[in-house]
Amino acid sequence: MSRQLEFDIFRYNPQDKGSVPHMQTFVLDETENMTLFIALNRLREEQDPGLIFDFCCRAGICGACAMVVNGKPRLACQTKTVDLPSQITLLPLPVYQLIGDLSVDTGSWFREMYQTTESWIHTNKTFDPTALEERMENEVAEQIYELERCIECGCCVAACGTARLRDDFLGAAALNRVARFVVDPRDQRTDRDYFEVIGNDEGIFGCMGLLGCEDVCPKGLPLQNQLGFLRRKMGITAIKEIFRK
Amino acid sequence: MQTYYSDLLVIGAGLAGERVAVEAAQEGFDVTCLSIVPARRSHSSAAQGGMQAALGNCAKGEGDNVDVHFGDTVRGSDWGCDQEVARLFADAAPIEMRRLAHWGVPWNRVVPGKSFYFKGGEKFEKEEKEEKRGLITARSFGGTAKWRTCYTSDGTGHAVMCTMDNRCAELGIDVFDRKEAISLIHDGDKCTGAVVRCLRTGELEVFLSKATAICTGGFGRIYKATTNAVICDGGGHIIAHDTGVVPIGNPEAIQFHPTGIVPTDILVTEGCRGDGGTLLDVNEERFMNIYEPEKAELASRDVVSRWMTHHMREGKGVKSAYGEHLWLDIRHLGDKHISTKLREVDEICHHFLNVDPRKQLIPVRPTQHYTMAGVRTNKDGAVYGLKGLFSAGEAACWDMHGFNRLGGNSLAETVVAGGIIGVKIVEFLKGYETDFKTALVADAVKKQQDRIENLRSGANGKENVYKVREEMQDALMEGCFVFRNDAGLKKCIDTLQGTLEKARNVGLVSDGLGANHELAAALKIEGQVKLGLCIAKAALERTESRGSHNREDYTARDDQNWLNRTLAYWREGADMPELQYEEATPHYEIPPGDRGYGGGTIIEADKAEIEAKTIKK
Repeated sequence: MSRQLEFDIFRYNPQDKGSVPHMQTFVLDETENMTLFIALNRLREEQDPGLIFDFCCRAGICGACAMVVNGKPRLACQTKTVDLPSQITLLPLPVYQLIGDLSVDTGSWFREMYQTTESWIHTNKTFDPTALEERMENEVAEQIYELERCIECGCCVAACGTARLRDDFLGAAALNRVARFVVDPRDQRTDRDYFEVIGNDEGIFGCMGLLGCEDVCPKGLPLQNQLGFLRRKMGITAIKEIFRK
Repeated sequence: MQTYYSDLLVIGAGLAGERVAVEAAQEGFDVTCLSIVPARRSHSSAAQGGMQAALGNCAKGEGDNVDVHFGDTVRGSDWGCDQEVARLFADAAPIEMRRLAHWGVPWNRVVPGKSFYFKGGEKFEKEEKEEKRGLITARSFGGTAKWRTCYTSDGTGHAVMCTMDNRCAELGIDVFDRKEAISLIHDGDKCTGAVVRCLRTGELEVFLSKATAICTGGFGRIYKATTNAVICDGGGHIIAHDTGVVPIGNPEAIQFHPTGIVPTDILVTEGCRGDGGTLLDVNEERFMNIYEPEKAELASRDVVSRWMTHHMREGKGVKSAYGEHLWLDIRHLGDKHISTKLREVDEICHHFLNVDPRKQLIPVRPTQHYTMAGVRTNKDGAVYGLKGLFSAGEAACWDMHGFNRLGGNSLAETVVAGGIIGVKIVEFLKGYETDFKTALVADAVKKQQDRIENLRSGANGKENVYKVREEMQDALMEGCFVFRNDAGLKKCIDTLQGTLEKARNVGLVSDGLGANHELAAALKIEGQVKLGLCIAKAALERTESRGSHNREDYTARDDQNWLNRTLAYWREGADMPELQYEEATPHYEIPPGDRGYGGGTIIEADKAEIEAKTIKK
């Protein structure tokens, strides 16, 4: 016998003047290997075509479908209903602006973050198409990739105590991004340059160390290690700054 | 009405789109990119395997060069590609990989010393040279003579996408996300931008531009079983095709990937087989070595997909609630290899199947994967029929893939073609002036407003868009999949003609307000069914088997009659596509011959004709 699943889903469409935020209940029969991707699409196609939510790769690679599932931010596509009780509550991620129902605007948030952290290689070298590539140890390449695995789903920020308290907190995804460039030998920025960006309460010193970010990261990124690494680096830089003055 | 202006409007901000944008922005042009999702969520980011470029750095890539890469690409295409384009691509690929390294891609690098690798389930040893230490390394992929596929673990697409998007941010390119182009603005002669629906508010907006580039990826979602992201639904193809003057090139050329997992059709990378994974049947016995003794699991994708389907038809498939499938076995590669080099595969097995690939087999079957079909362009990426319109990447039929695309060549194409076509767009922009006719813009907007209003009010009818879509997907799965034949294709066309009628009578169930998905689906359903009809009609006419296009009733490759490319036009008011043909390539560097795998006979073309078109070296 398959279970009957009860979905309590947050509903609000800001573009509809008559819309009021509320919870709506849907019922669906569970099928084998059902994921929230399968369930939500069935609800939209069979019960309410007005339901708003995001999916893209539906394979846990792109990060589009993060939402709060029974209290915890996670990717809907790789959440199997068999791992959940028959009562499932779905809410949009907090912190980000709501687009409608379960869909939030992570795009604008991350774009702003790229600009703040200047998320690109800073170098004065120019590319020479006739030359061999600059050599790099494979270990270093793998270390960089390890930090670049972030899919910008937004779960870490949604689960962050500081981000919930203050709008201007950069969050683990941004600090992880900075760490990615710190370990990259191609980037010529110094610790002082990074200090300008993250050496404050909006950045590395705002973190309360609650570990929520790492707990919910669907890619299992070592976010707290990176925070610790940056905090030590920035702490030392701060002390040096004091002596410079 | 919000109106934006730029020199270049790029529709689609995946790797091809952003690479084009970067090229133009570097030259000082004002560039705008549109994307239905944040750029980094583009389907480019899902590519796990890697990018082919003949760097020849690693031990098993020694002796590789652009000529070998060119040859593999042409053979892979089953001589359906434009050889001029394949040459441009192979020559530029190594430079482009190095450029990506300069911009920040963390390519895996050569580590000197001895190490092991697997091939066909057997263990071999190789030794990397000290002098190559730290250069970009490569892995093995199907259909290639040398190890040529550059990679970053199993997240190549993701890593390159991050770097490219970083480059866009650095150059200050406006990348607007949640914007969907729903029609082109054109006068039948030249393109001057697009009407766009904002997927945040549902409002219509106008984007005017001197040049427009369609880089929206493939359209696999018109098939039910596809590895593609849900955004790969043909939006870009539809707005180009809708103009009536732009053809879809080789619509019948659709690639199926051997290893989509059952039931969700999520792709597990070719790297599994490249690294030594094997395919097993219901008795857990290998079978690819029987059909393809030389290449076995590493034969090209169309060949492997066909033998898998054949083997299942022989009664050797594994029965399941979701139909038959086969097994992929990577258990022997060991924990370390699976946890590092094939980590995404490990995660997919865990998250979607509850399977541990170290101990258990992975259920797989052939699944729609890639569209060699696309908006037809010339070698400069300029779209046939409309001045100022360009296309690059999977959306385009630039045609370096012909009738079958080699693994690792699509991701490489995005950036390599993006770079080459970006340069051509810059050349175009430098000498080009245009005018924007306000009446033309107003007309284009009005037409879309009316369409939306009719869908919302149900003025066309009450057909349910999701049901219509399902009918189309089922018809294509049945008639236009791995094997095709006369009766199946005719039936498919019949069904799709009925579906087209229904698609024209869709009405919304919901109110269609704001970021409404039903409206987005309804706006493109007619165009999708038309794409389906183009595939079926072109496949019916092409009475031969070439690359991924396989006719059970015409098993030979017929170079005498079909060494050409299909162009499918959809004239205004028509109910069926109009097919035209052009030569596959202006000249040959490699005259048509055997691919070296896949069996099959060849009806040879006229020798003198081929000779006359072959470049003498």
